[in-house]
Amino acid sequence: MSGMTPSTGTPRSLVAYAVVFSVFLYLPVLLIPLFSFNTGYYVKFPIEGLTLDWYLDLAERAPLKAAFVNSLQLGAVVSVLSTILAVPAAMAISRYRLPGIRLILGFMMLPFVVPSLIFGVALLALVNCVDITLSLATVAAGQTVICLPYAISTLLPRFDLYDRSIEEASADLGENALWTFWRITLPTIGPGILASLLMSFTISFDEFYMAFFLSGTDATLPIYIWTQLRFPQDFPSLLALASLILVFSFAMVLASLKISGLGASIGKRATT
Amino acid sequence: MISIRNVSKRFGRVQAVTDVSLDVREGEFFALLGASGSGKTTLLRMIAGFEPVTSGQIVIDGQRMEDVPPHRRPINMVFQNYAIFPHLNVRENIAYGLRRLGTPKDQQARMADEMLEMISLPGYGERRSNQLSGGQMQRVALARALILKPKVLLLDEPLGALDKQLREQMQLELRSLQQRLGITFILVTHDQEEALTLSDRIAVMAEGRVLQVDTPAGLYDNPQSRTIAGFIGNMNFFDAVVRRSGSAAAIEIEGLGRLDLNGPAASCGDGDHALVAVRPEGFVLHRAQPDGRAARVQGRVTARQYLGGRQMVYVSIDGKAAPVAVVAGAARGSGAGEDGLDGPVWLSWLPESIILLDRD
Repeated sequence: MSGMTPSTGTPRSLVAYAVVFSVFLYLPVLLIPLFSFNTGYYVKFPIEGLTLDWYLDLAERAPLKAAFVNSLQLGAVVSVLSTILAVPAAMAISRYRLPGIRLILGFMMLPFVVPSLIFGVALLALVNCVDITLSLATVAAGQTVICLPYAISTLLPRFDLYDRSIEEASADLGENALWTFWRITLPTIGPGILASLLMSFTISFDEFYMAFFLSGTDATLPIYIWTQLRFPQDFPSLLALASLILVFSFAMVLASLKISGLGASIGKRATT
Repeated sequence: MISIRNVSKRFGRVQAVTDVSLDVREGEFFALLGASGSGKTTLLRMIAGFEPVTSGQIVIDGQRMEDVPPHRRPINMVFQNYAIFPHLNVRENIAYGLRRLGTPKDQQARMADEMLEMISLPGYGERRSNQLSGGQMQRVALARALILKPKVLLLDEPLGALDKQLREQMQLELRSLQQRLGITFILVTHDQEEALTLSDRIAVMAEGRVLQVDTPAGLYDNPQSRTIAGFIGNMNFFDAVVRRSGSAAAIEIEGLGRLDLNGPAASCGDGDHALVAVRPEGFVLHRAQPDGRAARVQGRVTARQYLGGRQMVYVSIDGKAAPVAVVAGAARGSGAGEDGLDGPVWLSWLPESIILLDRD
């Protein structure tokens, strides 16, 4: 992090690059909240006037509320499901010497590289083949596949840094297995689990393709936004909604990074 | 205090410990000394209860341990990597074991602070493990174990990760702590110097077996096998033939000549081959041919190693392949070649300096 201060010998070109990079990354994102306060319908300068009407308008939309609740439920289920699946996977990868581990890892990380669009179509075909009714449950299943590699890669460093001798030390100091889990294992692994939950939740909350292909009549928030894009007069309200989602997502990702980063550094010190 | 009876341990096909029997006395500083893979750590982990014994028995304080899990044994351990709990601060680490004893919180903190005084880290209670140096973590691990007043403290290579100077300082502290508290310490180490410095008695282990259990002086002066003789300190080995006529016995060493033995050479018969070992300090180095009754041989200095105050001189003798290591005083202010050691030299030795070993 000390490399961020230009005074301590960081090349100017690197600073310039960082600035350009940040502008390119965040300027479009910043336009969304800016125009969500604009009184006019269209996204163009100059801004006509400032208003909170678009935000108030959101509160009156029943389908939006339904979609929001759907997304929350989905996020909760998907984050718990993918984390539960990821914990033993990460534990096994980190603790045991498995034959063909590279292959297994590559296979688990496949959703990273296969386009979600392809995955969505494939899963839809599968679901049709075995004759399952599309619902939020099928979306949850699809999103869990998407979230799993993220959950595993969030948890893996924690298990890699986890030094099992601290469990032995706890037993040696008189605590039985249950108390050892409660006082040692959980607090040490806990931050990783929390980070994995937050990460999966955020991904599920934003996810479009699985929700698009695999949902029945229940729209999620991204689907709702997409369907509303057809109506120009709704656009400022969507900007207001997008702003709220942005703030929320940022908070989630920051929290998850903070938790996992903090935890990782503690775990690392423990083993050196 | 601890009695280990015919204990063996097998991991799958690997025999880690074979038929080890030894007794550790109360209040003793006992070392398990051996190279890596000698089974010393496995033995320690069996005493702690982390590994079940394959066969045999471990008895601690009169109680058989086979069905006693680690958290119920009256022993505590200092782990090789210290195993400080990363999510707790120093005070919470030290007080960790007190919860189960039902000690009230405020008393836990007070006791932990007392331990911090004892390990010379007062005021460190709020620190986390990542703010401690290796030596400090070592002390915290020690305090965390000792606060429970165990009957036996196990130490698994506790000083291995420290640099030389700190290690020597911690050795002194460990020794004085053990003597002050009177707790039985069992130390696992691969460092023979550490074992010799710290321990009352040492069990030397190799390939899963205990070769010899003795005091440091006993191991040094009366090694019972070539392995021990070569492992502890420096040693010169010679092939010898025993000659006896009536009650008088002598040995004949090729290249060094004949030497009368004082005591009767226990089980040796006339013409038996034996292995003779002599410490470097068992020889006396002369610049001119010595008189007297001591046996002597002529040789030539081939190498010398300055040890500060003393030097190790390597003398090659006709008819013997390896040069003989001899301790000699280092003449102050005289460089190599000025103390008369580059001409022919003589070595003399007395029967007392000879250690007779079975050929193994």
